Amino acid sequence: MGEKLATRSAYGEAVTALGARDPGIVVLDADLSSATMTRQFSQVYPERFFNMGIAECNMMGVAAGLAACGKKPFASTFAMFAAGRAFEQVRNSIAYPRLNVKVVGSHGGLSVGEDGATHQCCEDFALMRAVPNMLVCCPCDGHEMRLAVEALAAYDGPAYLRLGRLAVETVTDSIPGYQFKLGEGAVLRDGADVTLVAVGLMVQMALQAAETLAGEGIDARVIDMHTLKPLDEGLILKAARETGAIVTTEEHNIIGGLGEAVAGYLGGACPVPVVRHGVEDCFGRSGKAAQVLAHYGLTPEGIAAAARRAAALKK
Amino acid sequence: MDQEKFKRLSLTAARGRIRAMEMVHRAASGHIGGSLSAMDILTALYFDVMRIDPARPKDPDRDRFVLSKGHCTPALYAVLALRGYFPQEDLKLFRSIEGHYSGHPDMNYVPGVDMSTGSLGQGISAAVGMALAGRLDRKDYRVYALLGDGEVEEGQVWEAFMAASKYKLDNLCAIVDINGLQIDGRTSDVMPSEPLDAKFAAFGCQVIPADGHDFRSLEAALAQAAEHRGGPSVILARTVKGKGVSFMENDAGWHGKAPNDEQFAKAMEELQAALEGWEGN
Repeated sequence: MGEKLATRSAYGEAVTALGARDPGIVVLDADLSSATMTRQFSQVYPERFFNMGIAECNMMGVAAGLAACGKKPFASTFAMFAAGRAFEQVRNSIAYPRLNVKVVGSHGGLSVGEDGATHQCCEDFALMRAVPNMLVCCPCDGHEMRLAVEALAAYDGPAYLRLGRLAVETVTDSIPGYQFKLGEGAVLRDGADVTLVAVGLMVQMALQAAETLAGEGIDARVIDMHTLKPLDEGLILKAARETGAIVTTEEHNIIGGLGEAVAGYLGGACPVPVVRHGVEDCFGRSGKAAQVLAHYGLTPEGIAAAARRAAALKK
Repeated sequence: MDQEKFKRLSLTAARGRIRAMEMVHRAASGHIGGSLSAMDILTALYFDVMRIDPARPKDPDRDRFVLSKGHCTPALYAVLALRGYFPQEDLKLFRSIEGHYSGHPDMNYVPGVDMSTGSLGQGISAAVGMALAGRLDRKDYRVYALLGDGEVEEGQVWEAFMAASKYKLDNLCAIVDINGLQIDGRTSDVMPSEPLDAKFAAFGCQVIPADGHDFRSLEAALAQAAEHRGGPSVILARTVKGKGVSFMENDAGWHGKAPNDEQFAKAMEELQAALEGWEGN
């Protein structure tokens, strides 16, 4: 376990570092640069930073126009407004013409905490996955976020990147053999009895759940599925065949996110029990991030319980 | 503008109206009313004002055009074909499964289309982005966007002009095709948006009134826009929806309806007569 860092902070650092190397990188924000952490970029490269004000729909269109002229825009705001409010602009002005815009949604999921339900976006994976041409990515820690930003800058096409508000343990820098590649999940822990397929903040919790399960004699594999789309079907298929049961876990509605992506794929490829762990189709509420996550069962224990159910369904 | 140029532009627009009418009739669908109101504006841009080369449609230094009222592809495709971006024969593929000449323009398939549009209010934002990119790259290209007067009911349009004004985008010129009608009727009944001059001025734009069917007026307005410094320009072009076909003029019913064979024959008769009038002129 390494430093504790919010993925939004890593994003701010990474996009600023990119700016030094690539003059084509431009960053747009919608009056949230101190929260999405693009302020750093704005201070170092003020001529390439555009604060579009509280007008996310226009921001996405402007990003599309910049991309149509060869720029590489990162358009950042809260996940709720990037994927939600500006959904149709992302669909029609960015994804449909396949423009090279990175749509960046910070403060994804319940771990927004105190701001409550209006700002706790648990639908962004569903919205962005459903749009053709979109790549959807949600790194689990600061280390992975830096690698993801690098990879996304090199990827020529529209993508959605979810950032988290909460400082989280960095885990991927200490896993032997860990490599980041867009579209390829990373096996963080091997196991034979059940596979925990996790994304974002739930990756760290899945590793903790695997420890708990090991104490009960359940050998859990943990996959960090940072790219939800395109889904690493090969890795999922292998896990299904070798462990016979899958748990998906995400800080997102169980409708439309990682769980449905995995279950939908396996239903036609290798039907095994798939238990979807996540937000049970309800809105969030205010509270400290840890309290809110616990209230909705987004805890290592919640994942472990789901894993026991999945293992029991194998028979 | 000398008479020679005036005649040349009038002839081109007359041909464009004929092509647009043929496209909509053949496809048995499409937006003819707004295409006829926009035809002279598009002709002025593509045959007089814009710095473009149809042989190099991706030239990074070219002027850009965004059809923010993206449903008026019959006019756009006709003008692009007449200008030489692709064969006029291709216009037969309008709205057909056989080609890529979609109901709304796709920048990845149609040569000369600088932005995929169709959802109202979005094109102008992309035009703002293009103008910002030109500024960043220290290029002197200009960006034009055509909006409808119904389209300005979209809040995003005003977000875009706030940004264009903030960034002092004097390389951006928007033209509003004010034909006074939208699908459900008169814009003044559906959602009154006037006074547009005061509204655009309040959003930091140089506002230029023009007659959208008079090439001299359009030329003067576009020249005035090009000379303006420190902010975007908006040309408020007064037009007639369905212009050039007597029974389509000023009738909201012709927003998105194709003529039947009888109506087509009558429309073509009028459009041909107008063309021949210019040819004999």
